[in-house]
Amino acid sequence: MNGTQKQLKAGFPWKQVIGLILSLTLTFLALWIAVGLSLPVHVTIAIIVSLAIFQAFIQLFMFMHVTEGTEPVHQLMGILFGIYVAFTVVAGTLWILAYAL
Amino acid sequence: MTDATLSLHEKDRSQMPIEYSTEEGDLRIVGFWIFLAAELVLFGTLFGTYLVLQSHTAGGPTAKDLFEIGPVMAETIVLLVSSFTCGLSTIELRRHNKRGLIGWLLVTILLGLVFVGLEVNEFYTYAVHEGAPLSRSAFLSGFFVLLGTHGCHVSLGIVWIIGILLQLGKRGITPVTARKAFMAGLYWHFLDVVWIFIFTAVYLTGWVI
Repeated sequence: MNGTQKQLKAGFPWKQVIGLILSLTLTFLALWIAVGLSLPVHVTIAIIVSLAIFQAFIQLFMFMHVTEGTEPVHQLMGILFGIYVAFTVVAGTLWILAYAL
Repeated sequence: MTDATLSLHEKDRSQMPIEYSTEEGDLRIVGFWIFLAAELVLFGTLFGTYLVLQSHTAGGPTAKDLFEIGPVMAETIVLLVSSFTCGLSTIELRRHNKRGLIGWLLVTILLGLVFVGLEVNEFYTYAVHEGAPLSRSAFLSGFFVLLGTHGCHVSLGIVWIIGILLQLGKRGITPVTARKAFMAGLYWHFLDVVWIFIFTAVYLTGWVI
């Protein structure tokens, strides 16, 4: 092994701590909106799904370093295509089987 | 044409974190992202199935009857914190601090074991005490398949990280072990992302509808 690679300097892991605090806050916020408030069902679902997507992006950018690498565009395209197919499968299935019948 | 695959000179590569320090490691990490994208599609199909079958309880227990806030929040918090400790292990990896890396990975798999234990307890409670096994209704089939697939992934992740810990203990942080530890970290964070959607689409939605 050679020791020439860039080494991180010692320091407080702010990014990780902020990611954790945001994740926990969003989780409890979603719980409170779903259980504590009694908003109309479709409003509640729209809010908690938005919070989940926001929290997923926190994981992706703050913990998974999706924009790092020598050419991150490759992994970004892959993961965006995965998100696109997964979203289409879920939304399409619900549309056809739960609402259109 | 020598730089056709990844347009990076060896000199620039040396500026990257250790897991990207060889072209092979670099390509494998990109490949792992493609694998995660495919996993996302797998979970997408299971989410689609569950959401359609959610209301088909066949006269058996409903989501509202079964799900309890306490155990679900315990599982969620344990997994979120394990994702955080896994993130800390990646930082120690990039500081080339072997002891820190192994320590945080150990904390991560311990939290992973607690999560799996809580989930097995939840499944056992439903299937044995509440009369709600997988075969009771379409809702429960969808529930156990979706959560069971996630739980299997977490269990596999624990076994994988134990293997990497053994290699790290034996070989230290090399470009190869660093790349493996980094990929296992990506996998672990990915499972947390899936859990965020399970928490929202299965539990929260179950309490709302």
